Amino acid sequence: MVALSVSRSASPARDRAAALVKWRRNWPAALSLLPAAIIVAVIYLGTMLWTVMLSFTSSKTLPSFEFVGWAQYNRLFNTERFTASAWHILIFGVLFVAFCLVLGFLLAVLIDQKIRFESAFRTIYLYPFSMSFIVTGLIWQWLLHPELGLEKAVRDLGFTSFSFNWIVDNDKVVYTLVIAAVWQASGLVMALMLAGLRGVDAEIWKAARVDAIPTWRVYVSIILPMITPMIVAATVLLAVGVARLYDLVVAMTKGGPGISSEMPAKFIMDNFFERANVGLGSAAATVQLVAVIVALAPWVYLEHLRPRRRSR
Amino acid sequence: MGAVSVRNVAVGFGDVAVFNDLSIEIADGEFVVLLGPSGCGKSTLLNAIAGLLDVNRGQIWIGGKNVTWSEPKDRGIGMVFQSYSLYPRMSVRDNLSFGLKIAGAPRADVETRVARAAKMLQLEALLSRKPSELSGGQRQRVAIGRALVRDADVFLFDEPLSNLDAQLRNELRVEIKKLHLELSSTMIYVTHDQVEALTLADRIAVMKAGIIQQIATPHDIYNKPANTFVAGFIGSPRMNMIEGRVAKRGDGWTFDHAEGSVALGRYPFAGAPAERAALLGVRPEHVDLGQSSPERHGATGTVAIVEPMGAETIVWSQFAGKPITLRVDGDSAVRLGDDIAFNFDVARASLFDASTGARL
Amino acid sequence: MSAVAVPEGRRPHRLSLARIGVYALLVAIALVFLAPFYVMLVTSFKTMDEIRQANILAVPQAFTTDPWVEAWSKACTGLACDGIGVGFFNSIRILIPSVIVSIALGALTGYAMTFYRVPGANLGFAVLLIGNFIPYQVFLYPMVRMFSAIGIYDSLAAIVVVHVIFGLPIMTLLFRNYYGALPIELFNAARVDGASFLQILRLVVLPMSLPILVVAAILQVTGIWNDFIFGLTFAGRVNRPMTVLLNNIVTATNGEARYNVEMAATLLTALVPLTVYLVSGRWFVRGIAAGAVKG
Repeated sequence: MVALSVSRSASPARDRAAALVKWRRNWPAALSLLPAAIIVAVIYLGTMLWTVMLSFTSSKTLPSFEFVGWAQYNRLFNTERFTASAWHILIFGVLFVAFCLVLGFLLAVLIDQKIRFESAFRTIYLYPFSMSFIVTGLIWQWLLHPELGLEKAVRDLGFTSFSFNWIVDNDKVVYTLVIAAVWQASGLVMALMLAGLRGVDAEIWKAARVDAIPTWRVYVSIILPMITPMIVAATVLLAVGVARLYDLVVAMTKGGPGISSEMPAKFIMDNFFERANVGLGSAAATVQLVAVIVALAPWVYLEHLRPRRRSR
Repeated sequence: MGAVSVRNVAVGFGDVAVFNDLSIEIADGEFVVLLGPSGCGKSTLLNAIAGLLDVNRGQIWIGGKNVTWSEPKDRGIGMVFQSYSLYPRMSVRDNLSFGLKIAGAPRADVETRVARAAKMLQLEALLSRKPSELSGGQRQRVAIGRALVRDADVFLFDEPLSNLDAQLRNELRVEIKKLHLELSSTMIYVTHDQVEALTLADRIAVMKAGIIQQIATPHDIYNKPANTFVAGFIGSPRMNMIEGRVAKRGDGWTFDHAEGSVALGRYPFAGAPAERAALLGVRPEHVDLGQSSPERHGATGTVAIVEPMGAETIVWSQFAGKPITLRVDGDSAVRLGDDIAFNFDVARASLFDASTGARL
Repeated sequence: MSAVAVPEGRRPHRLSLARIGVYALLVAIALVFLAPFYVMLVTSFKTMDEIRQANILAVPQAFTTDPWVEAWSKACTGLACDGIGVGFFNSIRILIPSVIVSIALGALTGYAMTFYRVPGANLGFAVLLIGNFIPYQVFLYPMVRMFSAIGIYDSLAAIVVVHVIFGLPIMTLLFRNYYGALPIELFNAARVDGASFLQILRLVVLPMSLPILVVAAILQVTGIWNDFIFGLTFAGRVNRPMTVLLNNIVTATNGEARYNVEMAATLLTALVPLTVYLVSGRWFVRGIAAGAVKG
């Protein structure tokens, strides 16, 4: 009895002492993590919450604390500019990711064929990725210029009835954005896929050769399933780019003609700064946030939270 | 059907020649092991036979057909690789049947072949698992199965057991031997492990630097090594090598070494004996402890090191001024510092030319 | 008996259709990738007359470097018409402190997280990673208000801080992954020798960090130079980076657009990251891969 009570009162003191030692040893580490902690708390969490809060207010040019419930959201979903932008980004996103994956994979497979000048080809496919979206947007705006651009060049070559005025066509302008974005980003997908392809063991290729499996079939049935993690990583990266789409739109079409290529990010920025509709912009930003979280959740769950089986 | 003939073949990459003029004949149903240290060209030779590598010169014949220009799939071969060669995202059943399905084999045919291979290799319980769910030994059995379903005439093994731990290696070795007994197909097996070579082969081809040093039955390789390299490569612990000279003494020949002579009357010379500097090779297991007898050569020494290994003990003593090892029974009472007598039979020894290393 | 070649030696090397197809495809796609750059280049050396009359693919007949001069020193970038050269120096002034501070903070944070146990660090890191996926607009307006309140809005400090903030997730990820792969024995040996937190960082970890520092530098230089949205929002009139000025040149045009000047300005803006890309070669790809593969 006595022994038990003695040990019970001794251990809390010992625990506290142990905690103090750990704290004393690790305090420089904790201190150096302070800037990161502040950033996480104030910016990543704080401003996000503030934006959500603002979406429930009647803020116009400056923040106000007049809470109006769901009014901004009502207004938002009745604003054609916004609903159009949501629709546009969906089309853009699907086409952009699909074409980038296909083209990137194709390029990686071609380069994987033990070709000469591999370095040169890789450099050519990846250089657009090193440039700003503004630069890309301006180049393609010029290239697709209805009178002086590609249309005229092809006509001069003899195809006098060729027309390519998508950039001023209400229905087709989003596709021009896709073209420019795919040009910029396919190289990235190619680089990732090539790394994946190169990671495939040479013995699998040998075995397939002995098994008489044609090369294309090897890629489709054996290699493609093996590089699924790379494909997922590429898709995630591309999707993040889609959510952030602003620079390209501003440079290439400014959301036009009219609102035919309006995008959510541009809508938000316009409402924050030019149109002085902070509340409305915040509501749009919050919708964007929710959409991203909803899209991210399954991936985060699959990657990090589901109990993994030990493989190999 | 499954005879393999390699005729004057040269293989190299760019300026580097792996071998220049290599020939080897393998009979139908024979189990030949290509044995040698890393870089000796054994894997290269195997890949050339398989058609995975081009030969620069020469011809390769399989089953009476010239296959020098044929693709691997047209050579009638099945191949088992070292590791990581199973299709990772397919089940075992799919791994086994994929090649057949691609070739358009009828479903019933595919099923029978897969079933037969699975039975032979005890894979029936594992057919729906993926490679990542199998142990190393199971994976290699699937790899063997994949070669099996091809109904090939020749099976090529590229160091299939090297990545397994010792216990598994022993188990699978026996399975491969049983497989050969059941199928009676030609098998060409590459390894650097002499135990695998000695236990599995009908004949062993010992290779070094792209040249076949000796191709013979395990018994001959072990007892009559063709040169110092083969003698040193096979047998653990290594064969004892004693420096000296072959000299004529009266009517017979002797081997004169730093501290005496060994009569060579019982030694089976390959050709006419001549005086020359030579090496006398005696395997530790052929050196007996105890007093000599008329037919054997005796010597004495003190025990310098004792290495108990359980079933046997390695004893280090001296002979001709140099260390000599002998293998004694594990229960022997030999201790450090003991004075011992030992003896060996020259008839079981090997004599090598000191400069060329060739067997005399 | 027909004279059929006896197969021996090397297989006859038939340039198969498939092989030709591969190269044809690669070259065709390469041309498509290069075309825009080519067009940019030739346009920037043409006169406006030529642009109007000929087509975009034509080589300049009356080669002139005037557009470049005009783009650098005379183009109208909003209210002022001082050319985009101003933006070049602004971008440099933004770039250098941003790159240095963001890499330093990332290295410090990665180091602290890898080798020391600090409660809550992993959670914070998870928030950082998730936050990295969230579009900037969600954070933007409150940040503007915050900087206004502190009084640094529209200044160089503001834009540098912003770049540091939004570079933190990827920088920390890079360094954390890299340091996590270093042998722990080095660290333990230094601890046993009595080295302090900063000493270990300075004397053991940093000297081994060269590869990842290069990768981080490439990522940051490219990302920060190419940034538009933060420069637009936080840099203020005096510090506008090149990308913002470039956009202004194109948007603020009254009358006919001077395409040759615009293309010259575009090329000037693309010059720095393109050079980094061409010089860094493999490192650039390594940077992308390191940033793309999470843990």
